[in-house]
Amino acid sequence: MSESKIIDACDTYCPGPLMELITYMKQANVGDTLELLSTDEGSAADVPEWIHKVGHEVVSNEKVEGVWHIKVRKAK
Amino acid sequence: MRILVVGGGTGGTILANNLARRLSAEIRARKVRLTMLSASDKHMYQPGLLYVAFGQMSPDQLYRDQASLLEASIDFHVDPVEQFQLDQNQVRTQSGKVHEYDILVIATGSRIVPEEVRGLTEGAETFYTEASAVKMFKRLREFQGGKVAVVVGVPHKCPIAPVEVMFSLHDYFKARGIRDKVTMKYHYPIGRIHTIENVAKWAKPEFDRMGIEYETLFNVKEVDVENNVVKSEEGTETNYDLLIAIPPHRGMEVIEKNNLGQGGWIPTDRFKLTMKGRDNVYVLGDTSNLPVSKTGSAAHFEAEVVAENIASIVKIGAPVRDYDGKVYCFIEAGHERATYAMFNYLNPPDLKPPTKPMHWFKIAYNQMYWTSVRGLL
Repeated sequence: MSESKIIDACDTYCPGPLMELITYMKQANVGDTLELLSTDEGSAADVPEWIHKVGHEVVSNEKVEGVWHIKVRKAK
Repeated sequence: MRILVVGGGTGGTILANNLARRLSAEIRARKVRLTMLSASDKHMYQPGLLYVAFGQMSPDQLYRDQASLLEASIDFHVDPVEQFQLDQNQVRTQSGKVHEYDILVIATGSRIVPEEVRGLTEGAETFYTEASAVKMFKRLREFQGGKVAVVVGVPHKCPIAPVEVMFSLHDYFKARGIRDKVTMKYHYPIGRIHTIENVAKWAKPEFDRMGIEYETLFNVKEVDVENNVVKSEEGTETNYDLLIAIPPHRGMEVIEKNNLGQGGWIPTDRFKLTMKGRDNVYVLGDTSNLPVSKTGSAAHFEAEVVAENIASIVKIGAPVRDYDGKVYCFIEAGHERATYAMFNYLNPPDLKPPTKPMHWFKIAYNQMYWTSVRGLL
């Protein structure tokens, strides 16, 4: 049974949000979805790039009222 | 008014000296008492560790007696705090003594935690402590050629150190006449070669010119000491003959034990520099969770703001200044040239090409620090 989790990294700055995601990704199971909330411009670019390098999946990436909602799925 | 400073590093020392001078009349009249509690009777100039690692400074040059740096009116004790009892406006020290305060300043700094990455302590050289910097220098002296890998843990003190160590390694091997026998690879945890975008833009062509390879989005997972391989969370690997690490850091244990902040970093108001939810508790330097560099420079500029504000609270009942995020970092671009990065919350650094005079200024500053920490510069 896959799970969803929201990681609120708002008001932290690069590399904070990416580090938060890496921490939770280690604990997640394959198939789980993590949604990272970030207000940091640098992380909005870094996170999809990191996901691509590791081989997980970006489900969606959108900015809503100044907050990026980056939803990713653990693929392996 | 009882003002208590916990921590005798750069931030705590500059703050205490600055306050002692601003409030000299009030201290003489016994309206104000200024106390400092520190874990050590020695004060270390931490940026000097990089020079120790390259044999350019000896370890004893890094230290002064803490008492000799402080204004005589400061009541100084080597007695580290074990319990922060903020609801009672008091702290309890290792000796069992209780110190009450009206205003508290926490400036306890940070520590390296290489043990958080498997194999890093055994497999990597570093220069964040006196012993490790001396050990790294001895390793460098013996090194005759091969693959040098530099990896970066997060968070870490002195964000400029990763690029500085690369430039220093390049010049060190060049001076020994073995640069052509050495390959150098730099690994950085985010998607560019430095957290500060303008530093990354400046350093990248410098790396290219020096023949330094780099891999971004490399977060150290473990070091295989048997096979000399460093592995990343991202699934990549690098072989090495000499591994150098910028170790991950945490705030001091006492902060975590007292539940003042996750990871040992205290949630801090970025302008007032007060601990969130506590108007009479200030946080300085590495101890805060602010989005500014963990450097002596940040601690210095924060200390000046907090000293002025505490003095104003004593004199007129209100603070007068906000911290604007100011940081000034020298950047050694090797053993003969340097540049600097100056920035704040709103303005990113605009890096100039490195020059020899800026390097000489940095070398001079290595001595001027002792004037600075006395609150005179």
